[in-house]
Amino acid sequence: MSEVQITVETAKNLGLTADEFDQIKEIMGRTPNFTELSIFSVMWSEHCSYKNSIHWLKTLPREGSRLLVGAGEENAGLVDIGDGLGCAFKIESHNHPSAIEPYQGAATGVGGIHRDIFTMGARPIAALNSLRFGNPDLKHTKRLIKGVVSGIGDYGNCFGVPTVGGEAYFDECYNQNILVNAMSVGIVKAGETVSATSEGPGNPVFIVGSATGKDGIHGATFASADLTEDSAEDLPAVQVGDPFQEKLLLEATLEAIQTGAIVGMQDMGAAGITCSTSEMSAKGGTGMRIDLDKVPTRQKNMQPFEILLSESQERMLIVAHKGQEHLLLEVFDKWDLECEQIGEVTDTGRLEFYKDGELIADVEAEPLVLGGGAPVYQREYKKPAYLKKVNAFKIGKIKQPEDLVAAAKTIFTSPNILSKRWIYEQYDSMVRTNSIHTNEASDAALVRVKGSEKVLAVTTDCNSSYVYADPYKGAMIAVSEAARNIVCSGGEPVAITNCLNFGNPYNPEVYWQFVHAIKGMGEACRKFNTPVTGGNVSFYNQTVLENTAEPVFPTPTIGMLGVLDNISQRTSIRFKNEGDAIYMLGTPQNDIGSSEYVKRVHKVRYSPAPSFDLDEEFHIQHNMKLIIKKGFVESAHDVSEGGLFVSLVESAMAADLGFVVETDYNFRKDAYLFGESQSRIVITVKPENEDDLVNYLNSHNVSFTKLGEVKGQNAIIDDKDFGPITEWCKLYDNKLGEIIEN
Amino acid sequence: MKFGVVVFPGSNCDDDMVHVLSEVMGQEVVKLWHKDEDISDFGKGDCIVLPGGFSYGDYLRAGAIAQFSPIMKSVVKFANEGGFVWGICNGFQILCETGLLPGVLLRNNNQKFICKNTHLKSPTNNAAIVAHINLDKALKIPIAHAEGRFHADEATIKQLQDNDQILFYYCDENGEITEEANPNGSTLNIAGICNAERNVFGMMPHPERASEDILGNTDGRILFESLLSTSKVMMG
Repeated sequence: MSEVQITVETAKNLGLTADEFDQIKEIMGRTPNFTELSIFSVMWSEHCSYKNSIHWLKTLPREGSRLLVGAGEENAGLVDIGDGLGCAFKIESHNHPSAIEPYQGAATGVGGIHRDIFTMGARPIAALNSLRFGNPDLKHTKRLIKGVVSGIGDYGNCFGVPTVGGEAYFDECYNQNILVNAMSVGIVKAGETVSATSEGPGNPVFIVGSATGKDGIHGATFASADLTEDSAEDLPAVQVGDPFQEKLLLEATLEAIQTGAIVGMQDMGAAGITCSTSEMSAKGGTGMRIDLDKVPTRQKNMQPFEILLSESQERMLIVAHKGQEHLLLEVFDKWDLECEQIGEVTDTGRLEFYKDGELIADVEAEPLVLGGGAPVYQREYKKPAYLKKVNAFKIGKIKQPEDLVAAAKTIFTSPNILSKRWIYEQYDSMVRTNSIHTNEASDAALVRVKGSEKVLAVTTDCNSSYVYADPYKGAMIAVSEAARNIVCSGGEPVAITNCLNFGNPYNPEVYWQFVHAIKGMGEACRKFNTPVTGGNVSFYNQTVLENTAEPVFPTPTIGMLGVLDNISQRTSIRFKNEGDAIYMLGTPQNDIGSSEYVKRVHKVRYSPAPSFDLDEEFHIQHNMKLIIKKGFVESAHDVSEGGLFVSLVESAMAADLGFVVETDYNFRKDAYLFGESQSRIVITVKPENEDDLVNYLNSHNVSFTKLGEVKGQNAIIDDKDFGPITEWCKLYDNKLGEIIEN
Repeated sequence: MKFGVVVFPGSNCDDDMVHVLSEVMGQEVVKLWHKDEDISDFGKGDCIVLPGGFSYGDYLRAGAIAQFSPIMKSVVKFANEGGFVWGICNGFQILCETGLLPGVLLRNNNQKFICKNTHLKSPTNNAAIVAHINLDKALKIPIAHAEGRFHADEATIKQLQDNDQILFYYCDENGEITEEANPNGSTLNIAGICNAERNVFGMMPHPERASEDILGNTDGRILFESLLSTSKVMMG
């Protein structure tokens, strides 16, 4: 390759700023060559460096007695769940690849997040996903949904980890920029974890798994014709997944860890060999000498920067103890995987890459990485103008519908409420035989931990309409709802991972959303004592509408982990017995802000986030845990999207039983039934336990309302028959599939 | 009775099967690696299980490559000598590919992977895994596959019927064998069959996913219990 003249223009083409280019020259003490500049460009990209977010991320609570590694220290968070077991979990976005190529984009998103878990030595036992699509009536959206769902399914199903939960929301703000956030949860025995570090000069460095190809190199940034013989257009920017290869890699790496031959290990995701070598070296305070000729490649004549930046999937970088190489090779041979020594650890602190015997890049590791020399920026922000429209909303101007049954049907058939059966039946949700919620649904997914009494409760939550209307409150609600789902399932919230999907950080209004969402999230996490163990930030999510680029709703997805000490604490949503009393914990409000009701029935796009008070929420959840322990609770289901009505019908459908309830005339009936004011839980109680429950709630200052009882086969509200539950069930079960398929 | 669970590199229900056989049913189980050929420890009255998963990735056609694996040579011989062989999901697909069972498993008629509870009805007690099943009752057992539509030519289907080789039909929760209850378009709602000698069983549904109280479903356990008690009679 002929050496090209490196100028600030080259740097800009690679996505760096002029300032950053100056900084790089200063670090290097000279002008970098193209390969070196490429290394900086990917390591200092938003994706690897978190340069526009890390300042604020550091304000989140990241400490806790159960955390075994701190946020950002390893590939995923690691939490002590007792019984000598750790739980590694993390959520990550794959939005842009999925918007371009939904099948492979989503599939490799799943593959990438599982690798983050098993590179730590944990075996993934559950997967979740949080999806945002545009208007499902659009042909384009249908194509994206089908691609994403089959991509997630095909990858996870073959890999053999059940998809146990998740969420899917639809709004036109995601028409072109869908969000695909994938979460993995794994279990590891204490003392068997592996760190993403490189230690011991002289130790061999191996690349294992798939051969390295040209897939996933960000073709667009290399659009400079004289760089290579090949045209940049030939470089596919989206990676291709191979779940079978990942399954082999999983088994082989877990087996290899048992040999004791591994010093450190990191999977290759974004920026491939570059990222794994620099992060491991920086963490261990060492360097590496890598011979790129030894890297198994899929095609001939790959340029050094292509090998370095390739995001080919299903690969790992392993540093082994010198003299124990054979142990590693035996395991990878057993699983028919490539395992090539490509270099060794040095004490220089530098990454030295060789090709054809020539040193083609020589960069210090530390300045490349987050927490090292990578830039940190604080962007300016200003209150978004649209909030005026949000705050101008007056409930008094909204007329109550005369036909509440029709309104209920409109809400119930919102794609955001309808059963996601069409989606989740394409995922193997039961493999590994730990999915307790399969035959008895709870608000969170419940996953048995074999070899222990413990049950994990996991959930992903974020109502981005709320966050759009009020980023601070909306993010608090996202955390609170996740915790509420875990508490309603009988669990104790432990920690979170977050996936922060926002628009362009250089847009001050977007950055305002980001900053306020982080503040709200931090506040709620501190209240619930659920520290942030890690996650990821995805900026630049926007949809082009005619002549403007509209950012997507700010979507800080929360993935929360909870623990049940044993199955006896489990609580499910299903009404249990005819005659049980139905109570609502929490306070009803004259509030329809940001509800499905106000959006679907009244077509109002701008209204405030629902009423919410963090202390009240905490108080309700705390006492909910205690009344479950006391054995008062037969069923529990929180009030969320669609309001009280949807909550009641969902519990009724799970039981094939009806209910008879009354509303409170002090409130607007539409707000009472369909409002989404927070911190409310519908529970059922055996008649013989009612007195004890009421005494408890009164003596602990827990606000509650007796709504009615489980009875018959129909939904009866204030003597009005809303129809048989079986009819609601028919609507609920199949409608989303019909929308997507037709 | 001893169990061997074959582990292909892409098997992913092997651990589930081992768990149920050992922890729930209290049986002796060993894993058998796909590259090994020696299963001489297993004799008549023992059972080799081919578990669910994606044996070698199954990018070509489920089970198409697995039939050529070293272990399958021995499994075929073991079956031909009268040993019990039980294939579930991918195991069923492999048994059809090797010819130990007739028919093929085509892509589901909706062209999608389907994972959900289904109901099964057995028309016969005349095979070890169905020996003690109540023929009037539907069993709730889940499926999880993309290629589970059982298909065979008319003559083969007739032969299966005449020889009482159909072990399970998909049905509704009341035991009615209806078109709506057929999840994948299988011929006659067939969910599982055995060979003419009645020692090789194949089924798409996963009884190992329905054998524990904690999972809220123990309908699958009767298959394991049937097999164990039949074997006891044989050996006794």
